[in-house]
Amino acid sequence: MFDSLSDKLNSTFDRFRGRGTLDAEDVAEALREIRLALLDADVALPVVKDFIARVRERASGAEVMDSVTPGQQVIKIVNDSMVEALGGAGAVPLNLNAVAPVPILLVGLQGSGKTTTAGKLALRLAQKARKKVLLASLDTQRPAAQDQLAQLATRAGVPSLPIVAGQTPLEIARRALDVGRREVYDIVILDTAGRLSIDQALMDEVKSVRDATSPAETLLVVDAMTGQDAVNTARAFNEALGVSGIVLTRMDGDARGGAALSMRAITGAPIKFTGSGEKLDALEEFHPERVASRILGLGDVVGLVEKAAETLDQEEAEALAAKMARGKFDLEDYRKQLNQISKMGSLSSIVGMLPGMGQLKDQLGKANLDSSVLKRQVAIISSMTKTERAKPDILKASRKKRIAAGSGTSVQEVNKLLKNFDDISDMMKRMQKLGQKGLMRHGMSALMPGRFGGAKH
Amino acid sequence: MALGFLSRLKDGLQRSTQKLSDNLSSVVTRRRLDDAALDALEEALIASDLGTKVAARVIAAFRRSRFGRDITDAEIRDALAAEIAAILAPIAQPLRLDPARHPHVILVAGVNGTGKTTTIGKFAQMWAGQGLRPVLVAGDTFRAAAVEQLQIWGNRTGAPVIAGPANTDAAGLAFDALTRARADAADILLIDTAGRLHNKSALMQELQKIIRVLRKQDPSAPHSVLLVLDATTGQNAIEQVRVFKEMVDVTGLIVTKLDGSARGGIVVALAEEFALPVHAVGVGEQAEDLRPFDAMVFARGLVGI
Repeated sequence: MFDSLSDKLNSTFDRFRGRGTLDAEDVAEALREIRLALLDADVALPVVKDFIARVRERASGAEVMDSVTPGQQVIKIVNDSMVEALGGAGAVPLNLNAVAPVPILLVGLQGSGKTTTAGKLALRLAQKARKKVLLASLDTQRPAAQDQLAQLATRAGVPSLPIVAGQTPLEIARRALDVGRREVYDIVILDTAGRLSIDQALMDEVKSVRDATSPAETLLVVDAMTGQDAVNTARAFNEALGVSGIVLTRMDGDARGGAALSMRAITGAPIKFTGSGEKLDALEEFHPERVASRILGLGDVVGLVEKAAETLDQEEAEALAAKMARGKFDLEDYRKQLNQISKMGSLSSIVGMLPGMGQLKDQLGKANLDSSVLKRQVAIISSMTKTERAKPDILKASRKKRIAAGSGTSVQEVNKLLKNFDDISDMMKRMQKLGQKGLMRHGMSALMPGRFGGAKH
Repeated sequence: MALGFLSRLKDGLQRSTQKLSDNLSSVVTRRRLDDAALDALEEALIASDLGTKVAARVIAAFRRSRFGRDITDAEIRDALAAEIAAILAPIAQPLRLDPARHPHVILVAGVNGTGKTTTIGKFAQMWAGQGLRPVLVAGDTFRAAAVEQLQIWGNRTGAPVIAGPANTDAAGLAFDALTRARADAADILLIDTAGRLHNKSALMQELQKIIRVLRKQDPSAPHSVLLVLDATTGQNAIEQVRVFKEMVDVTGLIVTKLDGSARGGIVVALAEEFALPVHAVGVGEQAEDLRPFDAMVFARGLVGI
């Protein structure tokens, strides 16, 4: 799929390095690569142009020209500029500085995830901020939308405004605030119908809701998979309503999320939350650094660690880590590890989260190394005796034949597994030698024997 | 009637293509088609979600035939529309029901929020209007009130809706629904499914299970597997189609929300990559807002004619 931008830039600069000098033209070629990467990541064209102009200015300095690693220099500049453009380090909290009940208005296109976000936001404010929250759906357009919010409210353990059939959105909004005042709520979350930015009637309607409620926050809910249209949507909603913050949904998908940059650039409003799942607690604060690496295809190590933490059995992982540290790692451990990895999803999605692994991801893709391969490997190990698992060296032809028959595989596959295991044991030894500091300094590539020999077979 | 239909479709597409046509007219009104003009055209295509590679290919073909000529705005639009329509023509195929099947089983899948349930409601309306008997299956047993949403569509169209309690196994529900639809000799069984991101393998396996279970009754089912795509989706649509096609053998696409400011240029990229038919486009939330996909109308709409 996407070649990693860093791979591309490095090879671009490698070509120039042969000549011994690097000039403005070389930087221009690198910028072209960056432009393509951003467009492939769905950053909107006008936003890409501005961004490239800024990077060009910073990349034309002597710092890059004289550097021995101009590729890395440019990547650093691009990454820094991206983080900056996404709002700099740190998350911007919700603005709740208003007279209670504080209205929060959620707006966006159809299907962007407003109602689910409303439920998540309510849960978060009720649990983490200990606020008394009322949920109200003003969606009289989509069939059963008000039911949906009511059900989500029940799940979140938060009250929702009773549904009165036939009321207009404006009437519902007024009623919600009335109830909010009378029953002393801290926050009233107003979920609205999805609307197209060019639908004048519906845009006027949400404007009248805003005027009647003066929300402390008007949050634009945007799907992370959005393409170039992000610009039009952001501009239209911002001009009509004045967007105070953005919520980026479906970050658990594999879209690069360029819409985040477009939205931020067009509205100037901070991205306040990201949604990454259908469970009500899957709403997170926005981390510009992480989304920046994702847009640039530079990997998302933090995301990987979190994903691992989420799915791995903590105790088992610790026991395994302790064994590795002692340099004792047998096939039984390998089997446990394979099981844990297969729980995390497809290998290529995991590898895609590692920085500088673009090529490896391609190889994996070509080798069709999928969860099914993991399963076969587990089956092979399961067909071994305990002694064989502890001492793989005793595995000779006849044992291998038995294992292959037992696991429904072939002797070649058994051999391949043993080779993989050897590679990994090798890696363990290197890791021990390097120690923690070495790993930080050299990155994952320090662990790879050559070009990750195991994946090529 | 045909005329009225075309103008309605054009009306739906027009707003969505306003921006592209603005772009085009601002850059190429009566001038020599030179590098700068071609670059600007390419950018206009990229800004409508064709993607960098497809935009470059379209422009390269364009360059070969017309570079250096004095060319008017109208000529450019015509030629570009023809170029794009040629790519789209093979995939513009209406959904054909097999009259021998009772029912013809249609599985409707897609990521969250693309408009699966709305699309099913529109299809039900259309077929009921043609005197056919569709049956709807509320297979989205996960999202809150998804069943209620489909039930409202059932009431509107008079199509029976088969539903189970919340969090029922969707495959079991589909199996029971097929049994009933066969007994009633319904014409079409439309199975709604929960929205799922293509990169969640467990959820994709669930979808495969629905198919497996359906085949226990009718080895040829489902007869159509429709993937509903949101026109505002960017380049990730390619990955969506790839994975859904691999996992559940998608037979055709429905492109929704084409009445917005998004231009759905990704359809061109999808046509080149997968050649899957596009059966219909959605241009609004009402029952009649489902239209056949017409390559020339779409292409001409895309360049603003």
